[in-house]
Amino acid sequence: MWQWLHKLASPPHFYRMAGRLMPWFAWPATLLIVAGLYGGLVLAPADYQQGDAFRIIYVHAPSAWMSLMVYVTMAVSAAIGLVWRMKLAHAVAASCAPIGASFTFAALATGALWGQPMWGTWWVWDARLTSELILLFLYLGYIALRSAIDDPQRADRASAVLAIVGVINVPVIHYSVVWWNTLHQAPSVTKMAAPSISPAMLVPLLMMILGFTLCFVAMLLVRVRGEVLRRERNAEWIREVLA
Amino acid sequence: MNTIGSMAAGRLLFQRDLRLAMRRWDQVTDPLVFFLMVTTLFPLALSPELSRLREVAPGVLWVAALLSSLLASDSLLRSDAQDGTLEQYVLSGQPLTVLLLAKTVAHWILSGLPLVLIAPLVAAALGVPTAALGVVMASLVLGTLTLSLTGAIGAALTIGLRRGSLLLALLVLPLVMPLLIFGARAVELAIDGETAAGPLYLLAAMLVLTLTLAPLTAAAAVRISIE
Repeated sequence: MWQWLHKLASPPHFYRMAGRLMPWFAWPATLLIVAGLYGGLVLAPADYQQGDAFRIIYVHAPSAWMSLMVYVTMAVSAAIGLVWRMKLAHAVAASCAPIGASFTFAALATGALWGQPMWGTWWVWDARLTSELILLFLYLGYIALRSAIDDPQRADRASAVLAIVGVINVPVIHYSVVWWNTLHQAPSVTKMAAPSISPAMLVPLLMMILGFTLCFVAMLLVRVRGEVLRRERNAEWIREVLA
Repeated sequence: MNTIGSMAAGRLLFQRDLRLAMRRWDQVTDPLVFFLMVTTLFPLALSPELSRLREVAPGVLWVAALLSSLLASDSLLRSDAQDGTLEQYVLSGQPLTVLLLAKTVAHWILSGLPLVLIAPLVAAALGVPTAALGVVMASLVLGTLTLSLTGAIGAALTIGLRRGSLLLALLVLPLVMPLLIFGARAVELAIDGETAAGPLYLLAAMLVLTLTLAPLTAAAAVRISIE
């Protein structure tokens, strides 16, 4: 087990393995997303209250889910990098940030698009949207800190501390925003996830969520490969690999 | 190898920081003047009517306190990092957590406490009824302490960076947004004449959480930053 982990953590080995594994995530992700989109946009019946506008949930909910999952992934790999001084884990954390920020942005944008027909306005200070916005700020702070530090080792470790502090704060932020929201707004705000959802609507949603997760893994592998190349640019094995 | 206990070292550092501030008074007055100025902006921008100001007073007070405390956090470690004192703390063999906690508490007494003391004045000027001033102060005591502790993490992470103070704001602001929510809510409840215990308890809970974790994190961040 440990040997396997050590081998995985060695950059040349990881570089080769990530390259080989990537299609195994990318293709199922493509298939799932295409099938999920078809199921969600064409096959699923229109919602009896929201009409066709509800269909944006098929992009919005997976993006929102990913925005959180990527943050947790980032914090966990940052912690691994910090505790075991594993360079590869830092490379993973660094690669997570832009992907996570993009998912968060997608969740915000689709949330705003959904708000226009539902609430009649592009932006409502809804609890979920607001905590997504704060999550985006957390991502941007992380990216800003990383890019402000020139020394790569210090950048890795300092941003790792920030990611861990952030992940402890995410639930606090989320629940305080929910609390703030329920005080200031009428509770009539429609919940995105209805308690009972018909299978014709649910199955495409689950496919999209799984597809987005696999898509994230594929993107992560590509980005970490790039990150490893950049970090190890003076290493001998790179010449062999690229030759 | 320790020649004195860690508590004694912390106390010495605490006294040193207070004494330094007494000799250089601007560290205390700058955030305070900033706080006064920001709160003055709102009546000018909105309207001089007290009834309207009263509605926005919780938000104004808390946003101004947040920004002023953030501005002050920037100076927490700056001078010590510049003249190499910070490295000596790390090398001293004393637990860095205790030293940083002492520094942060001293820093709060110099930047947070004056703000708490002047807040009733500003609040009254914004039309907050006298009965609510106690809650204003209580919420600010809990809030600014948490802010100073969280700010210490940000300050430790941004030691010696270009645009460090701006970066500090970017890092710390999203983390302290819950404080703003509960702090402003407590003041709002007090203005309406209701009991503000709920949000105050939550502020206290966040203070306890930050008090236990922030000095440890700040110590780790200092070690990383000066390595």
